[in-house]
Amino acid sequence: MASETNDAPRTLGDLALEVRSKNAGPFWMTLEAFMPDEETYRIADALITTELISELYHVAPASLQIFRIPDLHVVKVSFPRPVVQGSLHDRDMHAGQHHVPLANVVVPSPQGPGRVPVAGGPRRRAGRRWSGR
Amino acid sequence: MPDQSGPPDSVGILVPTGMLGGGFSPDTITRGISLGADVIAVDGGSTDSGPYYLGAGVAKTTEGAVRRDLRLLLAAARSARIPLIVGSCGTGGTDSGVHWVAGIVDAICAEDGLDLTVAKIFSEQQAGQLITELERGRVHPLPPSEPLDAETLGRCTHIVGMMGHEPIEHALRAGANVVLAGRATDTAVSAAFALMRGMPPGPTWHAAKIVECGGQCTTNPASGGVFARIDHRGFTIEPLDPDTACTPASVAAHMLYETVNPYTMREPGGTIEVAGARYTAIDERTVRVEGSRFEPADQYTIKLEGAAVTGYETVSFTGIRDPQILASIDVWAEFFDKTLTERVASVLELAADSWAADLRLYGHNAILGELERQPATPAEVGVMLLVSAQDQETATAISKLANPLLLHLPLPTMNYLPSFAFATSPAHIDRGAAYEFVLNHVVDVDSPTGMFRLEIGPSHGF
Repeated sequence: MASETNDAPRTLGDLALEVRSKNAGPFWMTLEAFMPDEETYRIADALITTELISELYHVAPASLQIFRIPDLHVVKVSFPRPVVQGSLHDRDMHAGQHHVPLANVVVPSPQGPGRVPVAGGPRRRAGRRWSGR
Repeated sequence: MPDQSGPPDSVGILVPTGMLGGGFSPDTITRGISLGADVIAVDGGSTDSGPYYLGAGVAKTTEGAVRRDLRLLLAAARSARIPLIVGSCGTGGTDSGVHWVAGIVDAICAEDGLDLTVAKIFSEQQAGQLITELERGRVHPLPPSEPLDAETLGRCTHIVGMMGHEPIEHALRAGANVVLAGRATDTAVSAAFALMRGMPPGPTWHAAKIVECGGQCTTNPASGGVFARIDHRGFTIEPLDPDTACTPASVAAHMLYETVNPYTMREPGGTIEVAGARYTAIDERTVRVEGSRFEPADQYTIKLEGAAVTGYETVSFTGIRDPQILASIDVWAEFFDKTLTERVASVLELAADSWAADLRLYGHNAILGELERQPATPAEVGVMLLVSAQDQETATAISKLANPLLLHLPLPTMNYLPSFAFATSPAHIDRGAAYEFVLNHVVDVDSPTGMFRLEIGPSHGF
């Protein structure tokens, strides 16, 4: 699923066989990037850092666990669910759509300039989390 | 089925599906039996679909689907004279879930003329007893949770303890042909019979983890069941669909699935360690695994799950297609929040901390919220308002107050009232009680079976 054009940025999701997310019990979330071969695994391995995940998912670096599994060409990341499963503000009961911010990370092109770690525009104020409080 | 002699060379486990009621082809069972299955094991529950099922003590699966699966499994177990083990009955593993599945089993046995000894193992826990354990310092939090307090235990509508393999083994030794367990670890359901027959704990627990989701460890997760044969040095695994394969990668990768840590996994009596496991293809669809270990723990612990009512909810839904509103949808949402908050205070005179709401803009940023980074102007937005209050009447009242806003609220700069697209009449649906998982703790126990209650007897009609 790699981009056909040279100017479109390649994302981790373009390179991967699959990027997925899921609950690991009600209190944890886990993400995995399944890469097709050693070369793309090395790209994912370099790209997925504590700093990147902390920025993408707004989680404290100390709460992150990253597992690098070269035999399977997989990088796996686990962290406590920011919103407890099933609570009023949980919009993703199985955490099955939370892989997207990771999948959308732009992969630095080999001949291109410096690394551009994150796709998309400036962070938006969103997530209508409010109450009468 | 007590073991009269020494341990056998191997034990074959047939797992027909990842979830009782999920469905499987009858060929799955025929094939598994022909491979020499010694036990059929199937999981009946999970926390994965959220706290409602434990909180309300109601199953996620529908009775017809569970009856259909059980009818095939009971007939196969009876005719092959092997035990059938069902874990986490009724999704949450509550006592009501065990009774529900037992009722279905009894009815099938009566209708189909099956004479079976059925064991029910109950795993529901009383808050009062756990408060005593808490006061004795025997209850500990698991990350990322805080230490437990008695008030939290008291708020739970249902609390279950996750049993290990021992209560299931106890039921099998007592002569059960069918074991219907309350909440159990996914792995204990598949491990119990093999451990009872003397298979080594390392390969047995690892195999049990690999088979727990049925076909998830194969190249085609939708294909259905799997068959594992555990021996004294390791285990082999193959899919029951002949057109599907287990590969070293598909089997190894299953340790990633819904786990925090892919190398170690805590069970009540110890830890499964698979960092040293070697995965080898025996043929194009069968995998051999050796090198898995099980490290017994110093203290046997039972993990607790509990759900408490957090409030009563009403959900409302409307659709916005007007490009003028969509171009400023965040402004609209903010104006909605402000207007509703003012209306609730002035009309219903509710204290600000007595209710809460979550406005979700589907098509804009509902799913990822503040993590959303893909700026786009959507063609349409589904607006869902979820209101929570201390009782249903109040949640409904707030939603009715919100109704005209969901129908007509303009942007602050507009000088006319738009009308949005309600999907249904009425636009709101009362959801009743809403629950939250509030326990993520373990309790130290002296006996692996002490917290669980066994009832055993002939199936109804015999």
